[in-house]
Amino acid sequence: MNYRLLLLFAFCIGNFSLAQECNSILLGEIVDFHDNTPLSGAYISVTGKSLATNSNDEGKFRFQDLCDGVLELEISHPECKTQFITITLKGDSFEKIRLEHHLEELDEVDVISTKPNITLSAQEEKLSQSELEKNSGRSLGDALKSITGVSSLNTGANIVKPIIQGLNGSRILILNNNVRMQDMEWGEEHAPNVDINSNQDIRIIKGAAALEYSGDAIGGVIIMNPLPIARTDSLFGKTQLNLFSNGRGGNLTSSLIKSYKSGLFIKGQGSYKKLGDMESPDYILSNTGIQELGVSLTIGKRDFIQGWEAYYSYFDSEIGILRASHIGNVDDLIQSINSGQPNIINDFSFNINRPNQEVTHHLGKLSYYRRFEGLGKWMIQYDFQNNRRFEYDIRVGSDANKASLDLKLATHSFATNIKLDAKENLEVKIGLVGRYQTNFANPETGVRRLIPDYDKYDLGIFTTATYAINDDFTFDGGFRYDFNRMNAQKFYRTSRWEERGYDIDFNDIIVEDLGTQLLVNPIFDYHNVSATAGFKYNIGNENLLRFNYSLAQRAPNPSELFSDGLHHSAARIELGELRIKSESSSKISLSLEKNSTSWGYTVAPYLNNVNDFIILEPTTVEFTIRGAFPVWSYRQTNAQLLGIDMSIYNQWTTNIRTDHKFSWVRGEDKSSKTPLINIPSANISNSISYHKTAWNNLTIGLESQYVFEQKRFPENIFVFSPQEQQNVELDINTPPDAYHLIAFDVESTFSISKKNDFKVGLRATNLLNTSYRDYLNRQRYFADDLGRTISARIIYKY
Amino acid sequence: MKTISNFFGSPKINKSILILGFGLIALSCSDDDDAPVAVDEEEVITTMTITLTGSGNTITLQSQDLDGDGPNNPEITVSDNLLANTTYSGSIELLNEAESPAEDITEEIEEEDEEHQFFFTTGGAISGVTYSDEDSDGNPVGLSFELTTGDAGEGTLLVTLRHEPTKPNDGSLADAGGETDIAQSFDITVQ
Repeated sequence: MNYRLLLLFAFCIGNFSLAQECNSILLGEIVDFHDNTPLSGAYISVTGKSLATNSNDEGKFRFQDLCDGVLELEISHPECKTQFITITLKGDSFEKIRLEHHLEELDEVDVISTKPNITLSAQEEKLSQSELEKNSGRSLGDALKSITGVSSLNTGANIVKPIIQGLNGSRILILNNNVRMQDMEWGEEHAPNVDINSNQDIRIIKGAAALEYSGDAIGGVIIMNPLPIARTDSLFGKTQLNLFSNGRGGNLTSSLIKSYKSGLFIKGQGSYKKLGDMESPDYILSNTGIQELGVSLTIGKRDFIQGWEAYYSYFDSEIGILRASHIGNVDDLIQSINSGQPNIINDFSFNINRPNQEVTHHLGKLSYYRRFEGLGKWMIQYDFQNNRRFEYDIRVGSDANKASLDLKLATHSFATNIKLDAKENLEVKIGLVGRYQTNFANPETGVRRLIPDYDKYDLGIFTTATYAINDDFTFDGGFRYDFNRMNAQKFYRTSRWEERGYDIDFNDIIVEDLGTQLLVNPIFDYHNVSATAGFKYNIGNENLLRFNYSLAQRAPNPSELFSDGLHHSAARIELGELRIKSESSSKISLSLEKNSTSWGYTVAPYLNNVNDFIILEPTTVEFTIRGAFPVWSYRQTNAQLLGIDMSIYNQWTTNIRTDHKFSWVRGEDKSSKTPLINIPSANISNSISYHKTAWNNLTIGLESQYVFEQKRFPENIFVFSPQEQQNVELDINTPPDAYHLIAFDVESTFSISKKNDFKVGLRATNLLNTSYRDYLNRQRYFADDLGRTISARIIYKY
Repeated sequence: MKTISNFFGSPKINKSILILGFGLIALSCSDDDDAPVAVDEEEVITTMTITLTGSGNTITLQSQDLDGDGPNNPEITVSDNLLANTTYSGSIELLNEAESPAEDITEEIEEEDEEHQFFFTTGGAISGVTYSDEDSDGNPVGLSFELTTGDAGEGTLLVTLRHEPTKPNDGSLADAGGETDIAQSFDITVQ
């Protein structure tokens, strides 16, 4: 297979080298963006070449003897903002260029919204700058929930894992400044270790269509990129302060960017967050505070021909876990479910006590790109990540301050790719990714390792292409092959080894027999193939149709293979399975969109068939001296996810706009014909906003969110209760009731000077202080969700 | 081909390649493949031994679960039958036999006795249990107690150890709350 890809690579390079002809003429006209009047005296230069000219009185200019392919023009005008535009030249061409005359109206937001999508045919959405500002003090998962089809799997209010179209965890990839996050995303109580304020161009791709990033993102890809930095001499930045009534704290985030006309830039950014115990409408959620620190530094130089970047980020979070959710056995869990309120309610405190988790994440990246004339753009990148996770349980005696889990995950990645874009209607990208990862589980904890020591090697090779048949019809497609090797060293209790039947199937991997424990060395190889194909079709100016098919395969993660132990937070024993193989998903998605200034909509249905879907569900019960525990085991089955995401907006008058969103997904275990566990319920959100530019950009909004009750869930299980001396139903799968939340938001902007903006906002969530529990919050057995939160935000741009 | 030679000729790029080179060196340096150290579970209670003495007899009730949260059920043994209408004085010993030598967990309970309490739920021919010890606040702990039997027949004794219960409490599990560290029941014949 590799051989064939190499051939393809060679073929493409050969093909593109022939495209070089250097006798084309470029004619251009420069006009004012607003009234189309010609702009004379603009200075136009071709980046990377010593070609420059001025526009004449009719706003026209001309270059000759240019080579076909992609080139970049730099256009400056005394009254306008300097612009860089990229054009694809194919023979003699004419370009009309619109310059923005009114500097102050050029908001950051507008610049980004003109950036094209990452994939053409897949369902893709971008988080708006205003949503980001509203969620700056919360988490990435919270912010993404404003996108249709995105929900979250929570452990309390501060551990929020995004769910895209019903899937979460290892099925979702987070790309942080082009680095694939390696932060133990396999755990249900492991939140993404990213600061939402660090890279603020946030998009999601619903599905595995972006093969250049990975072949295993069956759920989707979250892409966090820095906002573009203009190539001008300037010093600018932004500071935001958020204060929250619930948690009685807030966060402060600030960034400062120095940029030069040469393309050199330095960016520094930092955030700090501190919240105490959160509150539900009726009681304090004891030990649910959070403290977070994020720092990042970027230095780089970008111009059209080449560029480099060095990036480093550090993220540290300490999160309290609801005290009442730490339980001893099944009777305690039953008692919690029945009592309706947490067993432990203390006075408000900023202190984070046991149980809690402390995670630090270091990320470093070096990248370089260079454009080859008549060929394309070549990129090379190395990145390093170090994730350290401590989890503390309530322990006694000399172990009281010892972590129960102490994992160190280090990852090195190397990636290179070349984008061949010299032809106007065809773009091909070919790339290679290599990765080495090592996990170390510290034995000092005195608790048997939940995840073993392992070394993991990944190698991926891909090619993607987009081909435009005409202005309205574009195809895209791709192919990727991934190799993963997992080499682990794990201790099994002899009793567990035999109970799983491993003594029959895996006897040859035993390294040492310690009597009651066995040291084994599983080495597993996975070969995964992924492919995608689709099209985008413009139906007139305002309507759009996208269709995509993606085939993706994902190798099992360490938790699915090796989990082996008791989770106090859920009173369950979790067991991995060495025999698990890769799961493979076939997804068809369709998207019909309309975008006009007065109204628009998106209707996006999808069907995702996952063969060998890896699922964790209750299977049996085991007894210990503590009493009974349900055993949750990983197994594989064929699953199907069918769903639809819909949104519609209407601009009723110049001031009043409404937005309506609906998403629904149905998850089914096709083998047993039963509903899948942890599938988000349908939800509908409606909002109305009033905006008046003349009154300091005043925006007032009212939002309503209705979350339906999940009616499709797996059956509860029965366990023996020592306290009752009989089998009792363990009501762990029954979803809570539907709920309705109202939010209110008001915001206004004050210009202090031409450059400085001051924005003030006030927001109230769960305005009516409704008591509710959410099906996808793992703490729903113990406590209500958050009550009313009033937050204030102050944003200063300079 | 011209572009390729340009590329390698540029001094800026050589620097970048050097930097990337360092990255690759870091990539190739991995930890040694040292075998990991086995972990013997600390502070896990594998064994609870209840000794009952009365009328010159000593009877032991034991629950032993050497594989902890492993698949094997605890082994429950009752050394002998109890005598009817007799008061026994009882004591509890807790061990972690996953470590060697075995660790005495009873001492940890004694040290943190305000945060622990045993609860005894009796049924059938076991008439009741009264505490005969107390913590520094004067609340019962249950490491020593007195057990009274009724007329001959079958009886049950459920022993529950709670960590961080509400103290004082009314003696019921529901009122005590806290987390369960032990929950074992013994079927006892009274003759």
